[in-house]
Amino acid sequence: MTRKHEALDGNDAAARIAYLLSEVIAIYPITPSSPMGEQADAWSAAGRPNLWGQVPTVVEMQSEGGAAGALHGALTAGSLATTFTSSQGLLLMIPNMYKIAGELTPAVIHVAARALATHALSIFGDHSDVMAVRGTGFALLASSSVQEAMDLALVAHAATLRSRVPFLHFFDGFRTSHEIQKIETLEDDDVRALIDEAQVRAHRERGLSPEHPVIRGTAQNPDVFFQAREAANPFYAACPDIVQEAMDRLAARTGRPHHLFDYAGSPDAERVVVLMGSGAGAAEEAVEELNRRGERVGVLKVRLYRPFSARHFLAALPSTVRAIAVLDRTKEPGSQGEPLYLDVVAALAEEGRRARVIGGRYGLASKEFTPGMAAAVFSELGKERPKNHFTVGIVDDVGGTSLPWDRAFTTEARGTVCAVFYGLGSDGTVGANKNTIKIISEKTGLHTQGYFVYDSKKSGSTTVSHLRFGPRPIRSTYLVESADFVACHQEPFLETLDVLSLARAGSVFLLNTPTPPGEAWARLPRETQQTIRDKGIKVFAIDAYRVAQGAGLGRLINTIMQTCFFALSRVLPPEAAIEAIKDSIRKTYGRKSEQLVAMNLAAVDAALEHLHEVPVPPAEAGAAAPRRDPVPAAAPDFVRRVLGEIIAGRGDLLPVSAFPVDGTFPSGTARWEKRNIALEVPAWDEAWCIQCNKCALVCPHTAIRVKAYPEAALEGAPETFKSLDWKGTEFAAGTKYTVQVAVEDCTGCGVCVEVCPARNKTETRLKAINMEPQAPLRGPERANLDFFLALPEADRAMVHADTVKGSQLLEPLFEYSGACAGCGETPYVKLMTQLFGDRMLVANATGCSSIYGGNLPTTPWTANREGRGPAWSNSLFEDNAEFGLGFRLSLDARRDRAALLLVRLKDRVGVDLAAALVAADQSGEAGIAAQRERVRELRLRLAGLDEPEARLLDDLAPDLVKRSVWIVGGDGWAYDIGFGGLDHVLSSGRDVNVLVLDTEVYSNTGGQASKATPRAAVAKFAAAGKASPRKDLVALALQYGNVYVARVAMGASDAQTVKAFLEAEAYAGPSLIVAYSQCIAHGINMRLGMQQQKLAVESGHWPLLRYHPEEAARGIAPLHLDSRAPKIPLKEYAYRETRYRVLAASHPEEAKRLLDLAQRDVDERWKRLQDMSQAGAASAAQGAGGPAAAEAIAARGRR
Amino acid sequence: MDLKTDYLGLRLDSPLVPSASPLSQEIDNLKRMEDAGAGAVVLHSLFEEQIEQEARALHHYLEHGTHSYAEALTYLPEPPSFRFGPERYLEHVRRAKEAVRIPVIASLNGSTPGGWLRYARYIEEAGADALEINLYHVEADLRVTGREIESRYLDVVRQVRGSIRIPLAVKVGPYFSALGDMACALAGAGANGLVLFNRFYQPDIDLETLEVRPHVILSDSDEIRLPLRWIAILHGRVPVSLAATGGVHDHEDALKVLMAGADVAMLCSALLRRGIGHLTVVRDAMERFMTEHEYSSIAQLKGSMSQRSCANPTAFERASYMKALTGYHLTS
Repeated sequence: MTRKHEALDGNDAAARIAYLLSEVIAIYPITPSSPMGEQADAWSAAGRPNLWGQVPTVVEMQSEGGAAGALHGALTAGSLATTFTSSQGLLLMIPNMYKIAGELTPAVIHVAARALATHALSIFGDHSDVMAVRGTGFALLASSSVQEAMDLALVAHAATLRSRVPFLHFFDGFRTSHEIQKIETLEDDDVRALIDEAQVRAHRERGLSPEHPVIRGTAQNPDVFFQAREAANPFYAACPDIVQEAMDRLAARTGRPHHLFDYAGSPDAERVVVLMGSGAGAAEEAVEELNRRGERVGVLKVRLYRPFSARHFLAALPSTVRAIAVLDRTKEPGSQGEPLYLDVVAALAEEGRRARVIGGRYGLASKEFTPGMAAAVFSELGKERPKNHFTVGIVDDVGGTSLPWDRAFTTEARGTVCAVFYGLGSDGTVGANKNTIKIISEKTGLHTQGYFVYDSKKSGSTTVSHLRFGPRPIRSTYLVESADFVACHQEPFLETLDVLSLARAGSVFLLNTPTPPGEAWARLPRETQQTIRDKGIKVFAIDAYRVAQGAGLGRLINTIMQTCFFALSRVLPPEAAIEAIKDSIRKTYGRKSEQLVAMNLAAVDAALEHLHEVPVPPAEAGAAAPRRDPVPAAAPDFVRRVLGEIIAGRGDLLPVSAFPVDGTFPSGTARWEKRNIALEVPAWDEAWCIQCNKCALVCPHTAIRVKAYPEAALEGAPETFKSLDWKGTEFAAGTKYTVQVAVEDCTGCGVCVEVCPARNKTETRLKAINMEPQAPLRGPERANLDFFLALPEADRAMVHADTVKGSQLLEPLFEYSGACAGCGETPYVKLMTQLFGDRMLVANATGCSSIYGGNLPTTPWTANREGRGPAWSNSLFEDNAEFGLGFRLSLDARRDRAALLLVRLKDRVGVDLAAALVAADQSGEAGIAAQRERVRELRLRLAGLDEPEARLLDDLAPDLVKRSVWIVGGDGWAYDIGFGGLDHVLSSGRDVNVLVLDTEVYSNTGGQASKATPRAAVAKFAAAGKASPRKDLVALALQYGNVYVARVAMGASDAQTVKAFLEAEAYAGPSLIVAYSQCIAHGINMRLGMQQQKLAVESGHWPLLRYHPEEAARGIAPLHLDSRAPKIPLKEYAYRETRYRVLAASHPEEAKRLLDLAQRDVDERWKRLQDMSQAGAASAAQGAGGPAAAEAIAARGRR
Repeated sequence: MDLKTDYLGLRLDSPLVPSASPLSQEIDNLKRMEDAGAGAVVLHSLFEEQIEQEARALHHYLEHGTHSYAEALTYLPEPPSFRFGPERYLEHVRRAKEAVRIPVIASLNGSTPGGWLRYARYIEEAGADALEINLYHVEADLRVTGREIESRYLDVVRQVRGSIRIPLAVKVGPYFSALGDMACALAGAGANGLVLFNRFYQPDIDLETLEVRPHVILSDSDEIRLPLRWIAILHGRVPVSLAATGGVHDHEDALKVLMAGADVAMLCSALLRRGIGHLTVVRDAMERFMTEHEYSSIAQLKGSMSQRSCANPTAFERASYMKALTGYHLTS
């Protein structure tokens, strides 16, 4: 039988099997396993049946804990059920995993294994998550490749039904979950052949039913629990053989043998490496190479890690083995060794097998593991006294654990074509490469592999694609080390990146450049020219943007560059390649637009006409410019030495000593990473400026700054520095005003231009701020920005911070984040830092805001010139409200301790000063400044005192200045996974401020539905359109009565936004601000994001309000409806967004039905709010503030 | 009273036809139009731009920002198939045909020959009784001549005519130097009827925001006189059906255009303003007028006031200009 081959990634491979064999699928997004849930949801929405012809029910839960609970319930009631997860998600499943296993319930959880958050979060792959659940009683089955992800997924499902032991089937996050490989796919018949219907029936019959009731989940006492716990032992004993039998049955059908432990290498090996997961591929290549060189080595690949069968393990190990290195892709600090190592040691010891065993760590968080590193381990094993508890793949210059490795050791197979592509996220490079793999997989007998490395920034991000094609199976589970073909799709990369570092001698280099071929050479950096000469590289150039423009494709160069790759690489005969690309274009775009098809076809032909070889001139004196340093020389030492190296792509080379020991980094580093990603940037036309400062308010990247400063400060200003007379009365006469653009940090989103209300009166297409090409402005504006930043900041006590205009004169302490261009969240975050940044602590839930706020290399939270600024930390996703409450509790305790000490030392420091410090009114900037002055005075006085209490008070004195605690996160946190905690914190009465950046979707993980997702919109996990209404978090918070609540949308009313932030912070109890944040996941023109906010409000989708608990007691209606009754139908807002339109374009009737319901939601909510507002007004008029208001007033006193 | 009329070779029970408007987007409205006495119905237009732009915009925003960031390689689920505006329009045509017995005239709006015109054939396949093609174009390129525009229009008509067998009406604006010649040319290119006239939505300036805004103003009865003139001139001289549109608000407007030579009087603004039931009001009033003035059928009065048939044919030409001016006196 001819078997089907297809290019898939690991997630896809595993999800297909899981879907086929499940009736219920409980899901929750987490990287890198989210695509499994997304696909299951999409298949279910499209009506795809499982193996038994039934469409599985896919349900998104509020957290992985919830998914595990639903999984447990579905299993207990007799269904076949599964879930997918990674990392923290798996940790949240642990309690249910113990239950599921303890009850011997057949189930499979598919895991894309990922690092756990410790000193830092990492989305990348290692085994620390799966190792954390090895005590649950789940069987752990490891796949080390995409093919295995499919094969062993099936083995897991088959074996769990037979053994009754639940299975966790895992593969390495990203390396396998996201690697695309051409594999032989399993057909329904293969799956059917391995699944025993009698066991399915047995599982169903064990399910709870009132027809044959049982009690499961009893409480047991010391007399019997132990014995009952041991009762399951036979099932675990039988499990390994059951797994092997399933593997054998699969092998009989497919010809692919798998074993619990698969050995590869010399049959009489003396040295063996034991490991599991994707690293096995690299290790096996090293083994082959070393054996070819005459060594006797082997690798033992662990498939079934739990139950660990020592019998099978020892049987698989050659009897000749004298030394074993066990590699663990996890770290267990303080242990005698990592888990796999300990298991191997125990297995050998129990059987009395004598062999030297050493253990080591490798590959944490997707750190590369190459054949060279594997060879280093074999080399170490051969030593008389090999290093134990080593690391490989890093340089540990602190603990000395690391093994050196030969970076030139390569095993790239002869005949395999390796290609590397540097692109921008937005230029379609990755999409084109995925398409190339598909084409080659379908059209040739070649094996294919693709792996993609992404940037840590969400805007202007760099992607590097690593592709391999060859006649032999590809096991190279590491990045391309020696490329036959290198393409740079963006010429500016050459300024900072060494894109030819991976090019092998005689390779081909393709560059997209607007420079004519004759002049292209001269523009290459000196180092690039040298590499080209040294390696004898052939250089080709194309002006892909010109070709794209000519074909009507704008800046989409993917098809053009793909065509050039096929033309130059000759993986396929050129004519066949071109025809294949064209076929693919017709398939890809045909169902959407004939015009797109025509334009792309034209681009293919034009690409070949515009592709030219760049002549390499004979050696000459190096007139070319060198590459740019990643950060300026003026940057602080840590930034240059560590962060700069990461920016330059050399982070892998940094040794352990370069890093802080506890994950604590300096703030204010984003300013040193000048990314220059915008082609056009705003330019201020002061002639028309009305000084409203809206441009600065809405700038998502803090690239627009405004200052009011004394005229004298202008001395020495650069020639092109612009200023105006300040229009305002709060400062002295002669105050000047400047709007300054940080053109090197701007992403070019254009939001500022769209909100600018001032038009050029003679040419109304222009405003007081307009987009202009960045390149000519770069030099002058860099100097202007330096001068601007050195100008004095406005006196905070003088600024009218309660106005939009005034708020923007306060220094922003959040700048140049890695958020998407036009991000709707960051303007709120920046405003928060302007108003309270010099005295705030931020607890940040995991999500977009923790990534653009905390992802290395550089981070945006910064400090003012006094060194004060937001102190920021991210704990987890689910615990953020509690984490922030902890801040408050700690700050209050510190302040109370300081107050106590003040009382004790009052006579020594001065009674008046002590009293003033305790009773200080810090409700405004002037009060805070006065308190800071008192603290300074206190510390001066304490300096003269010698006793320990004085020293302690000196330490705690700064805590007497009012601290502002902000709990920040997205709707996925606030509405779903963190809601229980948030609700509890809101009910605590404590003085915390919660800012929910509500994008109505899980933005960071790629747009999965949350309970904030509105009805009628599609999202991942709601591919058929969200059928239920959006949860009203505001209404839930309002019911407490003593919580300050605001719903804001800056684009609809910036004044209301500023007011809400100030009121929330001033209120001494809990405050909640829910902020409308447009998002790339809405599918809108992000430039018009603020206009979209306005429509959201005008349609009634987002009514603006503020609820002030104290006002009822003061006889004021506490609920302020800050927007008018809906004046446009919901659809006028909604159908400007792709998330709604996509449903209208795929299921128009359903879209209409849901939108009608959503309109009803809007109407009803508005009526409820009106009723509440009027009832509150009536109640306030009668002076009846109610107990909640009384509580609110009391809280102020308590605080 | 015999209100029957022939339009585009179709026998209609009434000369009152709702023209293309948002009202016809709802199938229920089509039924109400039929019940209120419409002789046929022209569906809302499928626009040339809509055919490509919706698909391209959706493609753009589905792709935007994808494959850039490891955690979010895409942002929106992509459905396995799409039913863009054009497909939904065809579905609407099918459903309209199932819902009403009166002829359903579909409408295409555009101005350039090209791939989008394949929808003419799809519309025919969807069951439309006739197609109205609305040639709407404002040429802002100062180098393009009137001849070129006319030639492009004729190409469109020829292309559509060549692809369908159902009757084809062409709706044009009044801005031609020689509308008569153009009308003949359109007939020569294959038009079975002319719909006179398209109303151009004129832009407006917002003095506060200094922005140019499209401004929709519904017509009133005064506007009927432009189509009235040209229908009167063309009636009986160009071998096509004639429809008057733009300014038909009451029975008098309808009677006037019919007497000028229109085969049907099309209503849009009147229905948007007064509701679909207004069709019945107009029809009843027409019948009353005809009874009172002893007309027995529409056929009897149709064209009776055309330039060919009326007592003073020059009144439809420039000669009446002086007469109009001299008869106009300042009142204050």
